[in-house]
Amino acid sequence: MTVHGGIGQSMKRKEDARFIRGKGNYVDDVKLPGMLYLDIVRSPYAHARIKSINIDKALKVPGVLAVIRGKDLEAANLSWMPTLMSDRQMVLPVERVMFQGQEVAAVVAESRYAAADGVAAVEVEYEPLPVVVDPRKALEPGAPILRPDRKEQTNRIWHWEVGDKKGTDEALKDSDVVVAEDLYIPRIHVSSIETCGCVAAFDTMGKLTVWMTTQAPHVIRTVFALVAGLPEHKIRIISPDIGGGFGGKVPVYPGYVIAVVAALKTGHPVKWIEDRSENIQSDSFARDYRITAEVGATKDGKLKALRVKTIADHGYTDAAANPSKFPAGLFHIVTGSYPFEKAFVEVDAAYTNKPPGGIAYRCSFRVTEAAYTIERMVDILAHKLGMDPAELRMKNFIPPASFPYKSALGWTYDSGDYPAALRKAMDLIGYEELRKEQQEKRKRGEYMGIGISSFTEIVGAGPSQTFDILGLKMFDSCEIRIHPTGKAIARFGTKSQGQGHETTYAQILAEELGLSAEDIEIEEGDTDTAPYGLGTYASRSTPTAGAAAVMAARKIREKAQKIAAHLLEARPDDVEWKDHKFVVKGSPGKSKTMQDVAFAAYTNHPQGMEAGLEAVDYYDPPNLTFPFGSYICVVDIDKETGEVKIRRFVAVDDCGTIINPMIVEGQIHGALTMGFAASMLEEIEYDENGNIQGGSFMDYLLPTAVETPRWETAKTVTPSPHHPLGAKGVGESATVGSPAAIVNAVVDALSPLGVTHIDIPITPWKVWKILHEKGEA
Amino acid sequence: MALAESPMEAEEEARFAPLYKVTAKVNGTPRTAEVEARTLLVHFLRENLGLTGTHIGCDTTNCGACAVLLDGKAVKSCTILAVQADGRDVMTVEGLEKDGKLHAIQEGFHEEHGLQCGFCTPGMMMTSVAFLSKHSNPTEGDIRHAIAGNLCRCTGYLNIIKSVQYAARKMRESKGGGSA
Repeated sequence: MTVHGGIGQSMKRKEDARFIRGKGNYVDDVKLPGMLYLDIVRSPYAHARIKSINIDKALKVPGVLAVIRGKDLEAANLSWMPTLMSDRQMVLPVERVMFQGQEVAAVVAESRYAAADGVAAVEVEYEPLPVVVDPRKALEPGAPILRPDRKEQTNRIWHWEVGDKKGTDEALKDSDVVVAEDLYIPRIHVSSIETCGCVAAFDTMGKLTVWMTTQAPHVIRTVFALVAGLPEHKIRIISPDIGGGFGGKVPVYPGYVIAVVAALKTGHPVKWIEDRSENIQSDSFARDYRITAEVGATKDGKLKALRVKTIADHGYTDAAANPSKFPAGLFHIVTGSYPFEKAFVEVDAAYTNKPPGGIAYRCSFRVTEAAYTIERMVDILAHKLGMDPAELRMKNFIPPASFPYKSALGWTYDSGDYPAALRKAMDLIGYEELRKEQQEKRKRGEYMGIGISSFTEIVGAGPSQTFDILGLKMFDSCEIRIHPTGKAIARFGTKSQGQGHETTYAQILAEELGLSAEDIEIEEGDTDTAPYGLGTYASRSTPTAGAAAVMAARKIREKAQKIAAHLLEARPDDVEWKDHKFVVKGSPGKSKTMQDVAFAAYTNHPQGMEAGLEAVDYYDPPNLTFPFGSYICVVDIDKETGEVKIRRFVAVDDCGTIINPMIVEGQIHGALTMGFAASMLEEIEYDENGNIQGGSFMDYLLPTAVETPRWETAKTVTPSPHHPLGAKGVGESATVGSPAAIVNAVVDALSPLGVTHIDIPITPWKVWKILHEKGEA
Repeated sequence: MALAESPMEAEEEARFAPLYKVTAKVNGTPRTAEVEARTLLVHFLRENLGLTGTHIGCDTTNCGACAVLLDGKAVKSCTILAVQADGRDVMTVEGLEKDGKLHAIQEGFHEEHGLQCGFCTPGMMMTSVAFLSKHSNPTEGDIRHAIAGNLCRCTGYLNIIKSVQYAARKMRESKGGGSA
């Protein structure tokens, strides 16, 4: 018997019903009686002393009720707040602004138009200070110290290293061939179509409710309790429908805190909603890693050693959202799909006059930076050796038989079959024929390239012995209640931002409980009702909360089996769970469904047993999961314009057991598109004065349907050995894996001209310049 | 925090900009509100009429989350003043479903998994409805260009294109193959 909406079915999404009717409930849709609006004055300078803030005119603007400045917050010890990375961030500045677009003051008014009028009327006098934009210059001796408030008078935030330095140095010296390259992964922004915002309201009992664009409501509640000193039971965080997150809705932004202060001071609910330019210019950025990588190998192409040195630009404070023990995230997955004997990684983080961040852009804590580095370097080595990049990868992959595999940098990969994924991708795209075609085209002076990326991810953070955020262990949770008629509600510590949890979780529970997925309501995002969890990011929902769902369901089955035995007049040991129902062993005709049991749990439970049918599980994963895949991209380059056309892109993904194939494919399409965006279009640059270039959708280019390639997807299935369903997580794999495939294809096309690397985003201008310099355009 | 002085009640009226009465036929029903001249159509819909299905995703007319139909044409309601809609027909996502029956485009988005977070979806559907009213049998390339003014960060567009194709098919079937 299969259940409706069980595991493996492409069930249509339950949440669609409200979204297609325009009945979603996003933060900006929340409207409360007497609600006021908050708007923010922002700095035009990247670094300046604030000489004065004159609010007299602003207070006279019709509809304006109040203006909040840093000094107003200072009195309550709230002008600074801690970041998740043990640094501190200004809520509103008292003395200096540190980046263009920084919050300077806030206006509270009766309408959003009046608030904007008030913002325009606030007069701020600045004295410009020297600006540091380049993190390499920030680390040079004599650079202006950007954070004199810190004990350490340096712009170096931290130095972090892992691996065998001496052994790696020696192995590189002993290598027949060493390739080295500088790779810059520029600053980008997640730009979910919904910006960030909140509505903060205190009730008459002093309880604060904040409707908020957050991927991690429980963590936010605890942070608010610790920072603002409010009792935690007097704070309720509601994360309603979220219009995309991608990591950008993990941090606590100053606007949230100011809105809470404004609600407290005015006694009215206060709404704050960013506009797009505020979102791009001041919310957490992603990437901004300057990487120097070296790979050593034997002359026949056996990989030996990897050394990676990186400068991380964090802006004016370290406001990344990494697990506490990993300041550079999981960047040390950088040995990728290969069994390097020796590896060493070091990262130096620097302060600059730019907005803070260092969040993910749809990836698990710097995994993209790692996958991009190794997959670029392997290709560079292949070109140097004159070997086919596919052959070099096949020759070096961690063999399928050696999992669980311990990497040189300390991770234990749970499972993998890398050759199978690459072989499948090669067959689907017709690799050998494409190489022949390329040879022909090269003879004719045409530029066609084929790029491979065989990446390994690391997701599902994480095991409590190593993973915490602010000391909070990175478990996640599920609580199930089955009602008397066999319908159920399940609540989770995670929070969907489009991933389809209301469907996927219902399918897991349908399979485990023998109920229809339609009969299981999924609820997330309300800290007053959901069990504590660390939230949704880093592809962790299915690996952690999905596993919690299985464990909680199995706890329910344990009790249900006793009730079933009571109903069947059998001993519990003689009853088994088979084909989604309880059956007396050896008597298949004698059975009870979960519905039967649920009714009995409230009407006819065995004497001495508690009534009801519910369970909760807080799941602490024994390891991370390691999804992987092989992508192949084919590009044609227009010699005259430098335009790169992606002709085909085949993505073979392996995320272990698949719960809903339709949703998984949708996640891969979306993640491929974000990988494409970062590879070809998106970059936030700053001029020497710290002026942002790319601060709105006019100049920060998200891909439209016209540029986006027609993705071709396929899968292999290598279940995780430690996840109760074998699932691994999939939301981000393609953002992690795709940039290297695209860049490898472009460099492959241009390699006859001696090109070894082009930094992303690969714009027509960059390509045209190369062609022009070589006399080809 | 500095608070503004309470305005005198007599001054209340004078201190605000003048208001204009706007009456538009919204999803078939005449709706009236008094707004400032600068009020954007999207705010009129969302705040005055409570039709929050129309979303705001940018401030530069790039994203299309706010797309609605004005006299049958898809427009970005963040770049139209409410007063410009006076006396005209506006259709929002809330007007797609008729008598409990989903519009073909809504069905298409659900069937083809054309949405994830749902934030761009109303604008995407309204743009598609206007497009399909003129193109009953579009190619994939036609659809890609038709929705180029609507940004989606979740789906990679492929399933949106399939959703529009699904709707085109349904609409052709129900109209006997003619232009919708």
